Amino acid sequence: MEFGLSQDQMLLQDSVRRFTENKLPLDKVREYAAAKTGFNEGVWKGLVELAATGVLVPEQYGGAGFKMLDAIIIQEALGRTVAPAPFTAGAIMAPAALLSGGTEAQKHEWLPQIASGETKFGVGVTEVISLREGKGVSLSNGKINGNAMFVIDGGPADIFLIAAGRDNMAIVPRNAPGVTVTPLTTIDKTRAICEVGLDGVSADLLGGTDKAGGAIKQAIMAGRIALAADTLGAAEVMIYKAVEYAKQRKQFERVIGSFQAVKHMCAEMIAELDPMRSLIWYAAHAFDEAPDEAMLNTLLAKSGIAEAGKFIARTATEVHGGMGFTDLMGLHYWYKRVTVNRTLLGAPEILRNEAAIAQGWIAA
Amino acid sequence: MDLNYGQEYEDFRRELREFIKKNAHLAPPPGMGIYHPGPKEQAWQKLLIDHGYTCRTIPKKYGGYGGEADLLKTVICQEEFASANVNAGLSNQGIGMLVPTLMENGNEAQREKYIRPTIHGEIYWCQGYSEPGAGSDLASLRTHARVEDEHFIINGQKIWTSGAHFADMCFILVRTEPDKPKHEGISYIIMDMKTPGIEVRPLVTMTGAAEFNETFLTDVRVPVENVVGGRGLGWKVANTTLKHERGMLGDPAQMMSRVESILKIMQSETLDGKRLIEHPMYRDRLVAAQAKTEALKFHSLRLLTSSLNDQDPGVSRLVVKYYGTLLARELSDIALEALGELGTLYDGSPHIRSHGSWQWRNMFDLGLIIGGGTSQIQKNIISERGLGMPREPKPAESK
Repeated sequence: MEFGLSQDQMLLQDSVRRFTENKLPLDKVREYAAAKTGFNEGVWKGLVELAATGVLVPEQYGGAGFKMLDAIIIQEALGRTVAPAPFTAGAIMAPAALLSGGTEAQKHEWLPQIASGETKFGVGVTEVISLREGKGVSLSNGKINGNAMFVIDGGPADIFLIAAGRDNMAIVPRNAPGVTVTPLTTIDKTRAICEVGLDGVSADLLGGTDKAGGAIKQAIMAGRIALAADTLGAAEVMIYKAVEYAKQRKQFERVIGSFQAVKHMCAEMIAELDPMRSLIWYAAHAFDEAPDEAMLNTLLAKSGIAEAGKFIARTATEVHGGMGFTDLMGLHYWYKRVTVNRTLLGAPEILRNEAAIAQGWIAA
Repeated sequence: MDLNYGQEYEDFRRELREFIKKNAHLAPPPGMGIYHPGPKEQAWQKLLIDHGYTCRTIPKKYGGYGGEADLLKTVICQEEFASANVNAGLSNQGIGMLVPTLMENGNEAQREKYIRPTIHGEIYWCQGYSEPGAGSDLASLRTHARVEDEHFIINGQKIWTSGAHFADMCFILVRTEPDKPKHEGISYIIMDMKTPGIEVRPLVTMTGAAEFNETFLTDVRVPVENVVGGRGLGWKVANTTLKHERGMLGDPAQMMSRVESILKIMQSETLDGKRLIEHPMYRDRLVAAQAKTEALKFHSLRLLTSSLNDQDPGVSRLVVKYYGTLLARELSDIALEALGELGTLYDGSPHIRSHGSWQWRNMFDLGLIIGGGTSQIQKNIISERGLGMPREPKPAESK
């Protein structure tokens, strides 16, 4: 019995955290966010060198062949440093989709490019989770039509994986005829979300026509675990920034961290966060090792950390007082990352409804 | 991440399951432990001890099973009895607090005299810690004793002494060294509840029941040999087991069974002709609490791993009492509020649901948020010991 990270996983955690912390001090975060590209060559190259981009790609396709728990260790480190890297879609969702539903030829074509970092993926599955406008994306007569909204990591992507209904997933090169890409600027400038318009696009379909239902589900599940880990990292850093600030900021001739009004806020934050870490670890573990439990635990983990994250983002900002509200302190980059993660791939209310369905509490 | 317990443990689990299946008809119903064990409880307890399914690590010479310390087997016992909803043996303050204290700090005579009858349910203990003026600041307690012909003469008042009205014995904290600083003047003393001078009055709580008592002590004579660990060391002695109590209140198996019970309510009760579970406003709250329950479940596995590896999990352990007691209350809130007006019925009213037990639990859950170190004390502990934040400075002495 060993519930937690292995020695190897702790080493991985150390090396990724060392890299991201070194590469992404606040002035760099600010600079990259201002660029709004959701991408930085140096950060991406470093991740390639750490073999992070191929973390989920099997060795036969040039990757590390690791598991989801390893992948979210990396994602958490990226969340901690609000890193501008298209990792969630490119290194977690895309390989999950390809491995689950890709033909041998598709895996052979794309997985090595994912591992080497030379091709970046954006993933558009919003329409099968919560459709807000329009009719979504559809496939008819072999052509893809519609608009895919909130395509994750779409800004810097070379290739899009777009769900066309529940059973088809199109592999769409950015420069294919009929494709238009419109940036959707969210409050979080560290990542580039976009809208992909598809007007009669001919595209290779993952696994063939009507064969991608399982792959879409798998990609969504993988993405939700990743975003949960990203929030975990970002929110934990917010707590420790608040604690450090409260230990040095003085008012009324005392450090404010000695006031119970302030330190109780810090205690509440860590109490909300820490048990969720255990649940997120388990969801990632179940993704590979206990598939029957993966869906429910993913839904509970992502909705649970979203609620904890919302509370922490607000409370950590309050602990910083007026400074927390300023750009100078820069805390808002973490606040915004957590806030956007909350809604991507399903806001908590949507996920809890799915969880009730997944357990048979209500009909689908 | 390896969630297999291994062959030896799975064998142990299988044997235990067979044991439960074969013997469950002998078991008294599972309960909270606030009653004096009768012959049925004592017989069941003996059967469990003989098989090593409770009091596993208590040495044979003190009436226990005499097994080696093996946390996983203890955990497997908890899991299997809970999932079968079968009484897991006696669980009370004597077994949970007094026995570990004697094992750690008692002398040989005390261990020989008290451990066997305690774990076999022949002696029931109450705890004499809190006082009207010493709650969160327990070390400021004022119940005191002077020494006369080899006896402590105890005077004072204790509160929250659950079970005192039928307890045989009490372990009590008493100020015996009035000239020493407050933490160093306290002794941990074993007191027979039949001693003259003890008056127990029931303390009726908001639930309408008297789950606790007030205990008044007037010139109560207790032999000095009944001190545990030495005079003036009571604070240290008590803290070895208080830690234990604070860890106990985040029981995920109990939370999971609450989620199941609430689900059954929501699947059978209706609002405007529609099952409660079909109403998103209630369903959403239940799933949100389920997420926290699952988090607590895996969190306890993480803490178990730390214990197995002899590692200090730091803040991860410190959050459990706070998180667990709030979650328990949140769950009973959901049950009651989903029932609407029906949830307020009590005292055997017509239309009452589950005999009013959700109301009772909901009020008692509030008691658990307060008892054993209030949520505010927990937040001090989490922030000071877990996050390294400074203590609140003491107010300047007023003149």
